[in-house]
Amino acid sequence: MLTTVLAAALVLLCLGALAPMIRGARRGSGDVAHDLVYLGSAAACLVAGSVALWFLVGAQTASVSLSLPLGIPWLPAQLRIDSLSAWFLLVVNLIGVAASLYGRGYGRHVDEPERVLPFFPAFLAGMNLVPLADDAFTFLLAWEFMSVASWLLVLANHRQPDNARAGLIYLVMAVFGGACLLLGFGVLAGVNGAYHFADMRAHPAVGWAAGVSLALFLLGTGSKAGMVPLHAWLPIAHPAAPSHVSALMSGVMTKVAIYGLVRILFDLSGDLAWGWGAVVLALGALSAVLGVLYALMEEDLKVLLAYSTIENIGIILIGLGLALVFKANGLFGLAALALTAALLHVLNHALFKSLLFFGAGAVLTATGHRNMERLGGLIHRLPRTAALVLVGCAAISALPPLNGFVSEWLTFQAVINGPHLPQWTLRFGVPVAGALLALSAALAGACFVRAFGVTFLGRPRSPEAAEAREVDVWMRGAMTGLAVLCLVIGVLPMIAILPLAQVVADLIGTPLPALADGVTPAEWLWLAPLEPGQSSYGGLVVFLVAIIVTAAVIAGVHRLASSRRRRSAAWDCGFPDPSPITQYSASSFSQPIRRVFGTLVFRAAERLDLPEPGDVRPARFEVRLIDPVWTTIYAPLIVAVNWAADRANPLQYLTIRRYLRLVFIALIALLCAVTLAK
Amino acid sequence: MTDTLPAILLQLVQFALVLAVAPLLTGVARKARGRLLARKGPPIVQPYRDLAKLLRKEAVLAENASWIYRIAPYLIFAILWLATALVPTFAIRHPLSPAADLIALVGLLASARFLLALAGMDVGTSFGGIGASREMTIASLAEPAMLMVIFTMALFVQTTSIPSIIDFVLQRPVGLRVSFALALISLVMVAIAETGRIPVDNPATHLELTMVHEAMILEYSGRHLALVEAASMLKLVFYLSLIAAVFAPWGLADSVAGGAPLLVGIAVWLGKLLAGTLALSVFEVAIAKMRVFRVAEFLGGALLLGLLGTIFLYVSQSP
Repeated sequence: MLTTVLAAALVLLCLGALAPMIRGARRGSGDVAHDLVYLGSAAACLVAGSVALWFLVGAQTASVSLSLPLGIPWLPAQLRIDSLSAWFLLVVNLIGVAASLYGRGYGRHVDEPERVLPFFPAFLAGMNLVPLADDAFTFLLAWEFMSVASWLLVLANHRQPDNARAGLIYLVMAVFGGACLLLGFGVLAGVNGAYHFADMRAHPAVGWAAGVSLALFLLGTGSKAGMVPLHAWLPIAHPAAPSHVSALMSGVMTKVAIYGLVRILFDLSGDLAWGWGAVVLALGALSAVLGVLYALMEEDLKVLLAYSTIENIGIILIGLGLALVFKANGLFGLAALALTAALLHVLNHALFKSLLFFGAGAVLTATGHRNMERLGGLIHRLPRTAALVLVGCAAISALPPLNGFVSEWLTFQAVINGPHLPQWTLRFGVPVAGALLALSAALAGACFVRAFGVTFLGRPRSPEAAEAREVDVWMRGAMTGLAVLCLVIGVLPMIAILPLAQVVADLIGTPLPALADGVTPAEWLWLAPLEPGQSSYGGLVVFLVAIIVTAAVIAGVHRLASSRRRRSAAWDCGFPDPSPITQYSASSFSQPIRRVFGTLVFRAAERLDLPEPGDVRPARFEVRLIDPVWTTIYAPLIVAVNWAADRANPLQYLTIRRYLRLVFIALIALLCAVTLAK
Repeated sequence: MTDTLPAILLQLVQFALVLAVAPLLTGVARKARGRLLARKGPPIVQPYRDLAKLLRKEAVLAENASWIYRIAPYLIFAILWLATALVPTFAIRHPLSPAADLIALVGLLASARFLLALAGMDVGTSFGGIGASREMTIASLAEPAMLMVIFTMALFVQTTSIPSIIDFVLQRPVGLRVSFALALISLVMVAIAETGRIPVDNPATHLELTMVHEAMILEYSGRHLALVEAASMLKLVFYLSLIAAVFAPWGLADSVAGGAPLLVGIAVWLGKLLAGTLALSVFEVAIAKMRVFRVAEFLGGALLLGLLGTIFLYVSQSP
């Protein structure tokens, strides 16, 4: 089982290595390499994903370990698959299959395929290896491998100056996150170097070491996941990559970071104080609201999607934080509920975010534009893509009967059980987090009405949008698969919650209360997470009844009403204007929201410059937004780093004697530190 | 099996009743408003005539209207009809009630709003966009406010299922509860905003710069317009029934009870709807329409009241 996943990862690595060789061997054989890489990746991911699914639904409860004679001398590389890693492997490979199939079509439109083909399978292999790692070295190695592969993919289109900057910022943040994890594992392993996860689990750190290591892990995994305030790189780097890679980065790589966080918080750190849950909850609520507000201010379709990833990571963190505080207070049933919500949202967000990035890629292929102000009316030109993206937009806006609603519903159910908590901080904090979650869900609705409405509806705002052509069958096929999954999980959420039962039981100690004694047919139909007769949601019933009612309405109206129809010019209160720029644009759509929320969060200022009568210069309207996180954290940090670099500059011009002296002093200092620690 | 048939019948009766009552309620509201303004007001049955007339007329579609524009009215109407049929109106515990708790009802309304806003943007006119943008801004505050009200109600019983909440309210002695009052005020404010009444939106306006709902549906005509209009009438029934069921559940029949309590339930429900509509009319006449950007303050107030109610409860309940 473990070996199958490992073999799949190795195959992916080999594909990456083979691609340039085939391309290099014979000119004109680019297509062979292209097909080999994408179809091979799809097959490898399919195998690995099926194994992970079989692990979850099969009666297999024991984990499987493997020790490879690789790595550092005293610790061979440890690999292990348990229910938690199987769940994340399932998410990685499900989207991996879709992205590979999509890439089969989309990859043809990439400018320099030789900059994508070798690294795409390598990136997938890295994301498969992280959940398998069972010691700190293997984990970090796989983590950094994943980071480097994705960094190379971000630079695939390196000739654009913006992308070079994106690559630099991404590199800095990845190095920062990697360093935090490295130090965190170092602290957790202690002076004896217990880097095997089993040792960490057996002897969790205590006292200051626990606090420092958890803070470092939160920084390390949070920076990769895009948690506010460590998110600054994400909306720059994710959209810079080709769209199928953006989908993997936003939909899956952030989830691998969440995997790291869950592994450390719920598995390796023993029993945590409730304070850590409160920290995660607060960061989650902040990420959720800020992420969606950023997205609402954005006009670039892919950047908008990247910001919305920050929002969804926030929703996942809210679930994880609630699970931690319930667990710390011994409320295991409620902790299981919150963790189920968080892990279900991991899958759901991976599905609809990848679907939407695929849609953005399709729009980019068809029109060459990412900026919504240059799009419009694409529903007529790309009817199938439009329908599929609409499913994704509705799912991410948490609308029933799609999957996003189910995980947010479960999170809300966890929030309303907050009064069981004894701490006063949480009794005030949990409802506020609930309100912020509700606010972010509602704003996400506005955000995706805007994204879909401006891109696909209305009239085209550029000639390219007016002449767009529907994308090929591979791209549409991948999107269709994801859209169907969004609907199926929304209608029958038990399909996803049942495989999660073992994961939650392993991490919390008890499964979801409703699943404690098996699943009855009624529970497939009515999702009642805590006990039957309490809060329940019947996705399938709502869906079927809605279909029946809609069919009845259509039949009734067509029987009773006039069925005559006429096409005519738009009415528009009597003043239709043929110019497409008179339509509501993306920035005009968000203007009321900018006024309501933006003045507070972004200190948004609108400046209107109207020329005097008789003056021929054009009128100008400018909106100024100030990114609060960038100005309060990053800008001072950059100044500080530059200042320190200037101060440290003389160290570059020392004589050899002085260098030797520095090395000697450093050695003495470290030896003293080690002696003191022992 | 003996219970199944009457239960389904009951559900169907509710479907039929809410649809039949919806235009009447709007008619009553218009008539009352007219009388309060010392006008004669349109006849109470006028909304039925309007709908019938619209259904008979041909539907004119804008040239670049897409399939979303054509399917949206049917879906919006069906979703609102379904949502209204899921609220306890005259009876509780009908067969579909476990399918959708209060959060799911909010979700259904959000789906309808999502479709309506998209339909507004579909033709590509500036009015459609203005309406969609404002509607979504209003919803971005009204929806969390409503969820906060739901939290407040749900915190009493730790569940969002409507029958449980109603049972709780019925079993407790009547008394003044701070959280309850805050939640009621907040929900009324949300209902006013969501049904597009004064001071948030004016259902009678066609003055371009002030309209929200009317701007979105400006291009609709014929049967499509009839469906959208009927849907907004249903929305009024939805909110009034919800407020009545949760805050004044007296007179609600249990679905297993026989015919007499059901008839009483229907009569009481109609009475509550009438009282709610008249109160709404008085309120509408007494207050002036707000500027669009003042609506944010109005709904922000609703959100804060809801949050305050929730926090009061959190603090006052022992673990």
